[in-house]
Amino acid sequence: MKLSQALLNQNRLALSRTLTHVENNSEKGRAVLNEIFPHTGKAHLIGVTGAPGTGKSTLVNQLALHYRKEKDYRIAILAVDPSSPFTGGAVLGDRVRMRDLSGDSKVFIRSMATRGSLGGLAQSTSAMVQVFDAANFDLILIETVGAGQAEVDIAKLAHTTLVVEAPGLGDDIQAIKAGILEIADILVVNKADRSGVENTERALKGMLELAHPTQRVFQHHGRQMVLKVPEMPKGENPLWFPVVKRTVAKDGIGITELVEAIENHVAFLRESGEWFSRERTQLQATFDSLLRESLFNRFLDKLSPQQYEDILSQIMKREESPWSAAEKLLDRRKP
Amino acid sequence: MTEGNIRVLIAKPGLDGHDRGAKVVARALRDAGMEVIYTGLRQTPEMIAEAALQEDVDVVGISILSGAHMALVPRILELMKANGQDDVKLFLGGIIPDEDIAQLKKMGVSGIYGPGASTEDIVAQIRTDVFKRA
Repeated sequence: MKLSQALLNQNRLALSRTLTHVENNSEKGRAVLNEIFPHTGKAHLIGVTGAPGTGKSTLVNQLALHYRKEKDYRIAILAVDPSSPFTGGAVLGDRVRMRDLSGDSKVFIRSMATRGSLGGLAQSTSAMVQVFDAANFDLILIETVGAGQAEVDIAKLAHTTLVVEAPGLGDDIQAIKAGILEIADILVVNKADRSGVENTERALKGMLELAHPTQRVFQHHGRQMVLKVPEMPKGENPLWFPVVKRTVAKDGIGITELVEAIENHVAFLRESGEWFSRERTQLQATFDSLLRESLFNRFLDKLSPQQYEDILSQIMKREESPWSAAEKLLDRRKP
Repeated sequence: MTEGNIRVLIAKPGLDGHDRGAKVVARALRDAGMEVIYTGLRQTPEMIAEAALQEDVDVVGISILSGAHMALVPRILELMKANGQDDVKLFLGGIIPDEDIAQLKKMGVSGIYGPGASTEDIVAQIRTDVFKRA
């Protein structure tokens, strides 16, 4: 049987092998992606991001347990951890917190390393999500690397983005900075049994209130790229006001309320047309980056390694600036 | 040869709680450029086989200090085979008496490393085996 067919039939080994092919961007992987693309676009993608040690994996574990119990969803988890910048190796440890989920055949956990990618996800994360989507998972939880301030790629990929905070990590100045807090659809204050939880919650809520009067909170919803969407169907209320939820993930406290907030957000996405526009953003980002990569490679193919080396050494000798060298090269190739 | 990085699952089955050795090996493999999926303590053979399947690893490394290897290893191998992963290599570390080694190898264990084994040897052996597998 073909790999893509076995995958669509929910064969777990085929799914696992496909994920590897796609992660490695192999020819086989790309072929399968083409074949399965018509079967994608059904799953709800939830991104979970936040600083290292805030409890992302534990929270993902609890969310998955809750959805399994309440809804009988098929759940995929994609957990991203960093690769070493020096050796390319990685220790992927998110499964340690997810042992409650083992033995459940409707849960599939996959760990992946960033392999040099910045932004909190790996290059092939979105393609791997497509594989899960085609394999008929209802819910895909994507856990980013421990993120600081600028790792916001997840907002371009997920329908719903949770940003996980913990007490004691920063003050109200941290909370009004641009970046990761802005992409949250739902802010989770985890480890809420610790002291300082009121301060953290107050700083986050204060940040959200500052954002309200400026009407276009909308701008800030995971929107890092300029998008013109003339045909986007707009509903009655295009605004989602991020909410703050307290949890103690290790004890499963606050999970029911968090899931309620997630379900509200899904309802909002469906009613407002945001679902459509987020999907468009995501596919556009995929298309653009593929285009960029293939144009770059095609261009380089026409250049001999010697030519490339010559230009580089000119730049090294300061005879040519990188900007002028790039311009010259492009002009020469104008049709 | 696999096109991506070598992926290794490091797991500790059974009831003893000493994972220092497993962590040292995980770190050494990481520094050798491999992607190590670390699953933590007290894994059942079922959990290990399931993780190996979901992660599509090339190698499974398990650490056993409890003496239960003659029960745990065959069960893990059997489950991996049932999942269609009979080409995945199994490495064993910990306290394994000499008289068991021949039998474990016969079952299909690729390498056995006791106290004093060098991590360089483990890395080299894994590279050779994964190369052969492809």
